[in-house]
Amino acid sequence: MRVPISWLKQYVPIGVSSKELAYRLTMAGIEVGEIDETGGDWDRDNVIVGHVLKVDSHPNADRLTLPTVDIGNGETATVVCGAPNVAAGQKIAFAREGARLFSPRSGKVETLKAANIRGVESAGMVCSSLELQLGEDHDGILVLDDDAPIGMPLVDYLGDAVLDIEVTPNRPDCLSVLGVAHEVAALTGGAVTEPDLSYPEEGLEIDGQVKIEIANPELCYRYTASLITGIKMGPSPQWMQDALVKAGQRPIVNVVDITNYVMLEYGQPLHAFDFDAVKDRTIIVRAARQGEEHVTLDGEKRVLSPPMLVIADSTDAVGLAGVMGGANAEMRDGTTSVLLESANFDPVNTRRTAGALRLRTDASYRFERGIRAELAPRALRRATKLILEIAGGHAAKGIIDLYPGRREPRPVKISRARLKQVLGVDFTMSRVESVLSSLGFERAKEPEGIIDLIEAVEAAPAPERDSTLWMTAPYWRSDISIEDDLVEEVARVVGYDSIPETMLATSIPPRGEPSLRTFRETLKDLLASAGMQETISYSLTSLESLGKVDATASGPEPLKIANPMSVELAYLRTTLRASILETMERNRRVSRGEGLRLFEVGRVYLAKEEARERELPDEREMAVGALSGPRFQSSWHAPRVNMDFFDAKGVLETVFAKIGGHVEYEPVRDPILHPGKAARMVCGDAVVGVVGEVHPAVLERFGLEGAPVVLFELDVEALRQAIPQDGRRYRSASRFPVSHRDLALVVDTGVPSGKVQSIIDRHKLVVGSTPFDVYQGEGIGHGKKSVAYRIAFQSDRDTLTSEQVDRAQGDIMRQLRREVGAELRDLHG
Amino acid sequence: MSQQSHISDIEQIESSALRELDAAGGLDELEQWRIAYLGRRGRLTQVLRRLGGLAPEERGRVGAAANRAKAALEQQLAERERSARKSQIDASLAEGAIDVTLPGWPSPAGGLHPTTQTIREICDAFVSMGFEVMEGPEVEWDRYNFEMLNIPKHHPARDSFNTLWIDYTDSDGERPMLLRTHTSPMQARVMENRRPPVRVVVPGKCYRYEATDPTHEWHFSQVEGLAVDRGITMSDLKGTLQEFVRRVFGPERRVRFRCDYFPFVEPGVDWAIDCFACAGEGCRICSDSGWIEIAGAGMVHPNVLKGVGYDPAVYTGFAFGMGVERVAMLKHGIEDVRLFYANDLRFLRQF
Repeated sequence: MRVPISWLKQYVPIGVSSKELAYRLTMAGIEVGEIDETGGDWDRDNVIVGHVLKVDSHPNADRLTLPTVDIGNGETATVVCGAPNVAAGQKIAFAREGARLFSPRSGKVETLKAANIRGVESAGMVCSSLELQLGEDHDGILVLDDDAPIGMPLVDYLGDAVLDIEVTPNRPDCLSVLGVAHEVAALTGGAVTEPDLSYPEEGLEIDGQVKIEIANPELCYRYTASLITGIKMGPSPQWMQDALVKAGQRPIVNVVDITNYVMLEYGQPLHAFDFDAVKDRTIIVRAARQGEEHVTLDGEKRVLSPPMLVIADSTDAVGLAGVMGGANAEMRDGTTSVLLESANFDPVNTRRTAGALRLRTDASYRFERGIRAELAPRALRRATKLILEIAGGHAAKGIIDLYPGRREPRPVKISRARLKQVLGVDFTMSRVESVLSSLGFERAKEPEGIIDLIEAVEAAPAPERDSTLWMTAPYWRSDISIEDDLVEEVARVVGYDSIPETMLATSIPPRGEPSLRTFRETLKDLLASAGMQETISYSLTSLESLGKVDATASGPEPLKIANPMSVELAYLRTTLRASILETMERNRRVSRGEGLRLFEVGRVYLAKEEARERELPDEREMAVGALSGPRFQSSWHAPRVNMDFFDAKGVLETVFAKIGGHVEYEPVRDPILHPGKAARMVCGDAVVGVVGEVHPAVLERFGLEGAPVVLFELDVEALRQAIPQDGRRYRSASRFPVSHRDLALVVDTGVPSGKVQSIIDRHKLVVGSTPFDVYQGEGIGHGKKSVAYRIAFQSDRDTLTSEQVDRAQGDIMRQLRREVGAELRDLHG
Repeated sequence: MSQQSHISDIEQIESSALRELDAAGGLDELEQWRIAYLGRRGRLTQVLRRLGGLAPEERGRVGAAANRAKAALEQQLAERERSARKSQIDASLAEGAIDVTLPGWPSPAGGLHPTTQTIREICDAFVSMGFEVMEGPEVEWDRYNFEMLNIPKHHPARDSFNTLWIDYTDSDGERPMLLRTHTSPMQARVMENRRPPVRVVVPGKCYRYEATDPTHEWHFSQVEGLAVDRGITMSDLKGTLQEFVRRVFGPERRVRFRCDYFPFVEPGVDWAIDCFACAGEGCRICSDSGWIEIAGAGMVHPNVLKGVGYDPAVYTGFAFGMGVERVAMLKHGIEDVRLFYANDLRFLRQF
């Protein structure tokens, strides 16, 4: 809403600068986004009001004239002028030599210099609208009103500021200049003078001339109308055009301009019908018929359906209620009779209609915010009065006022106790009353028959009664219905700066169960400390992306967005695999060949198959990681070796060791992983994830050919569930020394090392084992491999003798032979 | 041999020993010297051995002279050995010198996303004030995202929440499922499941149908706060946010409230901090206002309390929200929100 200060001043005195005013309004919830200053850059001393004394013709040019201008203080100036409309007696804007002024020729602000134009000296200029940046008009000079004081700086006469207000949805009253004026009055201590609404009613009784009926009173709360005959269509006066332009409206023709002007003034949309086009002098406010066609003012044919509301004559719709008038009863050049409508329509229906037809207008915007029905007759009378003054004609006697939705204003209580309970501030009730009065609220009697539940229960003491006020909201406010609304009114006018700062003094509530969040955040910390960089990607993706990791073929059907912003963002992800590979690709492109270790912990959204529509999807927290590129940044220490399966596994092992999970790795087939380089991770009975090198065909889909990419994926909740919850128990370290033995074994290539190690580790004297050499080839039989383990033996009761260790090693060897057919490697053979 | 000649013999041995010791170089030569003079067959040892053949009165004096000489030689030897050992170590260290300007073994450096770090920083500040961290669903019902927050269907306030809807229409022709547009639905969820007192913060992702630009991203994070009990006031809200601001933005920062409208709070405010770049003078960061708006807050609307079965005459509470990326941008001087989820390591590694 654009509110010119000059317009505001018609209703309320403003004694503060526009900047200060904007600040106060903003702090009180009427946010001024911008202040547009008109004339802010006019040269105060050199751009002034002048009076054209005479206009002589130029001796050497037919199209130029020589006006002589009185510029005050007995000074006159004669200049060369090219404008056709300059005439003696005009008040004009005069720029002296040296004035800083916009030049239409260069498009920049320049200093006006004296010039000799076709042999005549010109010491100044009569300005056009364009040069003053008031408009586009450069064909003629700007002519001021006759009352403009000669010699006055133009900025003092014509300068203005427009407040661009961002009105919140609860304050449709501030979609009007008067509404803002009421706020200004409360915030600056002024008083509002509302426009005079009286006019001569010289015509016949309106009742006999027009018949109006509301067929759907549930959708039309009030309908007021006046009738003016004998009007003359034409342009509206300059002051109205100026006001409309400043407020952002295009002037059209007097009657239409007046309806717009009054809408901006009161916040009440109005519509003017050409009364001669209204068949049978009848207006029926009714729901549209299914499929009813109607051409709106913008020339579009609209196909309507109930319960869209139309204003109809005896046969056809002549307007779409609360949204836009119809082309068939539009004001024309020759219109002489106008039926003026000022009504109040149901907000929800208006909003739905405007939404369905994609036709949001200034009118629908106001109605859908729920303006007060009390505005209708006021705005009607105001507009009728302006039509009589500007377009002439005679008004019918009386107005039509159908008001099926009448609701008596309901007083709202405000108590000192509630103010203290909500704000923490103790106000005196006299202060409260003065604040509310400044906003236009009126003291009301306590309504009878209303049982106040709080007071009934808590049996308010007598002084409490003196600390309670009943107030009625002014006719323009539609946002006041409960006590806390009044609490806010007090707070915002007094100012939130006056509210003290206190710390919560109430007891700290008991905590809930430890959440997944704690575990998840620990997991993130561990991954980061293992050298992985966290990434966060969009939750929405495309079917194509999901398809690249086979998630569409093998996973649940992803949830679709009804109104996606683009095809790339049309589905909720069901896996993080695609996004981490995309992130890998993006970074590989910009990296300088270094190894990349990325992870993301986030949700996937899995629709509940049987109950897609009744239950929210399962939002499962997953962790994915991807590693690729050289293990070490190109280094003089080590050759460039690409990361592989075991780099990812190493990260995971570090993580699991820290969270206390024992995880087994079992070979697995996964549609996007290398068939021979992939494992699932099993913790207890649960599969908690997979790790493996990404299948070359999949790498190709992501443009990740080249170095292998290792991917892991963990189900965070499954992992949390699989890990013992009882916390860690301390075990004291053995005081006795550790003995090491190396054991080189030959087994079939198909025997997993993990299996061999688990046999070694289960011996009671073994405290640890590590494979330190894996060999396949010459000297080992075909289909065999040699794996050497370093085994640590230790007892927590005594120092082990070498005989004890030999015996233990023998036991282990026997079991290895029996269970996996292992033989000791003959190092001398 | 006379007593005198024995003593002069000893003196002679000592002086020649000292001379030779001076000439001895490394540890090996010192050892040879020791054997020659102090070893079992060394010259001085032999003198001592011969003492047995002397008369007792002579033995005492010659013995004393020999022992003095031995002690002197031993002391000299120890000193020479110490210095020889030192030179040897110095020499070997000099050989082992490395070029300390060469780079070290690369150790991969991981890190957490700035959003994660900022959420933690925000939540930690509130946890220390007795708030519990909770999370909620991102795919929500219209009921929680709007209706229970005092935003019924067709309410014009819905215009400011550009909603992404799940493609499913119920029997009333309405779309009931959406991507939450704010973390506020957890207000209703938490209160539905708990009786007062309630004190929680809720971090999480939110979504809006929005064209992206340097200050708008359709995919963003918020932290919601909610405290409800008997006797909670707007002064407590202001104090709580002030304390938060001190911890996260520095001890000098001040909180300012200005009236604003959110249907689920009454009174509702927009809260701002004084600009840390210009200390209120006005600059580019604060758009010349001296204040930086953080987010919305207010006292929980009685309709919201009623909706979850809390008696608004008995219980009051406050709620606030803030954009995580906005907080991070202000703290780190990031000027484009789109950097957060573009996942470029050149950005992420800076945090």
